[in-house]
Amino acid sequence: MDLKIRRDENGNPRKSPLSLQLNLSKFNASMFEKATEEEKRQQDVMSESTTFFKDGMRKLFKNPLAVGSIIVLGLILIIIIFAPLFVPYSYEEILSVNGVRDKGAKNLAPFTYSKMEQQYIEAGGTRFPHIFGTDEQCRDYFIRVVYGTRVSLVVGFFASIIVLIIGMLYGSISGYLGGKVDLIMMRIVDIIYSLPDMLIIILLSVVLQSILQFKPGSFLDSLGTNMISLFIVFGLLYWVGMARLIRGQILSIKQNEYILASKSIGAPTGMIIRRHILPNCISVIIISTALQIPSAIFTESYLSFVGLGVQAPMPSLGSLANSARGGLQSYPYKLLFPALTICLIVLSFNLLGDGLRDAFDPKLKR
Amino acid sequence: MNTPLIEVRNLKQYFPIKTGLFKTELLKAVDDVSFSIDAGETLGLVGESGCGKTTVGRTLLHLYEPTAGEVLFEGEPVTKDNLPKMRQKMQMVFQDPYSSLDPRMTVEDIIGEPLDVHKLFENKKERRDKILYLMNLVGLNAEHATRYAHEFSGGQRQRIGIARALAVNPKFIVCDEPVSALDVSIQAQVINMFEDLQVKLGVAYLFIAHDLLVVHHISNRIAVMYLGKIVETGTADDVNYTSIHPYTQSLMSAVPIPDPDYTRQRKRIVLQGDVPSPLHMPSGCPFRTRCRFACDKCAEAMPPLTDRGGGHQVACWVK
Repeated sequence: MDLKIRRDENGNPRKSPLSLQLNLSKFNASMFEKATEEEKRQQDVMSESTTFFKDGMRKLFKNPLAVGSIIVLGLILIIIIFAPLFVPYSYEEILSVNGVRDKGAKNLAPFTYSKMEQQYIEAGGTRFPHIFGTDEQCRDYFIRVVYGTRVSLVVGFFASIIVLIIGMLYGSISGYLGGKVDLIMMRIVDIIYSLPDMLIIILLSVVLQSILQFKPGSFLDSLGTNMISLFIVFGLLYWVGMARLIRGQILSIKQNEYILASKSIGAPTGMIIRRHILPNCISVIIISTALQIPSAIFTESYLSFVGLGVQAPMPSLGSLANSARGGLQSYPYKLLFPALTICLIVLSFNLLGDGLRDAFDPKLKR
Repeated sequence: MNTPLIEVRNLKQYFPIKTGLFKTELLKAVDDVSFSIDAGETLGLVGESGCGKTTVGRTLLHLYEPTAGEVLFEGEPVTKDNLPKMRQKMQMVFQDPYSSLDPRMTVEDIIGEPLDVHKLFENKKERRDKILYLMNLVGLNAEHATRYAHEFSGGQRQRIGIARALAVNPKFIVCDEPVSALDVSIQAQVINMFEDLQVKLGVAYLFIAHDLLVVHHISNRIAVMYLGKIVETGTADDVNYTSIHPYTQSLMSAVPIPDPDYTRQRKRIVLQGDVPSPLHMPSGCPFRTRCRFACDKCAEAMPPLTDRGGGHQVACWVK
């Protein structure tokens, strides 16, 4: 075979008479002007340097629902952190005036005072208003709702973090190693998936009640064995969803050539997971954690509502709602406040999670 | 005779494929391939899609554990134990410049990764200096160091990939279709850069491609693959101008030549039928089902590579 190109008498490639191609032999170097440095720079087409994270954040802050839920969550956080500093009552304190128990301060409506308190104010004393009124045991209801929200949020965060850590480790190992290891690990996940979670929480809290002994007055003690068993159940059962999700992500990321490139460089497995795989599925992890928090809060509220939640006198939103059930006809606002708080928190986290997904999912770009 | 830089002996790579519930069959992606590459030399590897070119490159670097056969680097067999050391001497440039760079890493970190893995620097400054040197070597500006891969064009991304491969100062680079994802003007730039780097650094290439003109341009020698086997190998000119194997001849007749008069005159050898499934390889010579000259002998045994003069080896009974 021959690659020779036909040439005319001057040695230039022969051209068809109908061709519109420029005849370059008519030009020479002196007819051209060199590009200046500035003109060269104009050729560099470069977008503004942004990181994936910055880009996602920018998109997140363009989403009004996500921004709204961030504001709501921020306000709730500020209230539950700072309210106990301003409100002079404690969540387990039965109201008293000058050291005398105030028996009339039962089931007060929001922003009202009992007879004893009114007398005290008339005598020149100052009394902090009962913003949400009081409950049937003469305790300030606002501070109880604040503490209930604290408990619910703490449970939500810690349960999600437990789920995240276990799910991430398990899922990334299973997804990365693949093959038989993956098969066995995923069958274990299937088995755990099929266990009834509520039954296990109830059984565990019964068993733990007799085994666990906490130092009286410690944080764990005030949470109660029910809460501890809830955490244990989250650690035992609820991570499977996260593990599956992360495994799926890793299976798809693993196919990318940059993983192979990293292997050909000689990077050890741990380094590949840490440097390439986890950063590339971090958006999915953030999103599912944001969506995991409301589900944990719901579970806690539900358990507290059926009486398996935190131990009295520590309130949680669920147990507050439960005890408000008794006087629903006369004092409907006592159900309204904790229920509304749960709704706000869960709704905000869900909207925020949706916003995060829209912002960070590269497949949904704009 | 001196030891070649890379010697591949009877390399085989079979993949088990599930064909039924309990049945697995072997896909012979690379079947008994042998070749050698000298220091500073370029061997071009051509063949149609799915013939095992990429698998040869990856198995050569032990990215896939070879089923059989061995790879010798400067006479020393590459094994699992000395692999970390060998990784510093053999590197790879990938086909797709879009998926071969981690989207979450800056150019600096991508090029710096091999340095990190093999701990090739004393302090931060040395690392940065090395990265800037490499970027300069492949024609990237220093201010690109903090940018992310998605901000670059295909050609620039491929340069980043090449800089990453060069970071460990390798003697041998497998170039797995490094220009087929680029447009023609960029292809020329990148190919010229490969040649410049070879002159400057003395690296040897295994240049995998399906563009015959590109391969002819860059290679000293060419090997033609068909269904996992090398059917013809020789100097670039031998394989191009005086090809012997019927498959190579038909490949060469398909190369577009920018001369309409010549193109009208020449005869194209159009192959009949499709490539047989690598799961059900024909007996004997794998090409016999599409070969114009096939005879009974072709069905009986695979023809060995025989020398037709000057190192021009062809595996064919007939020709």
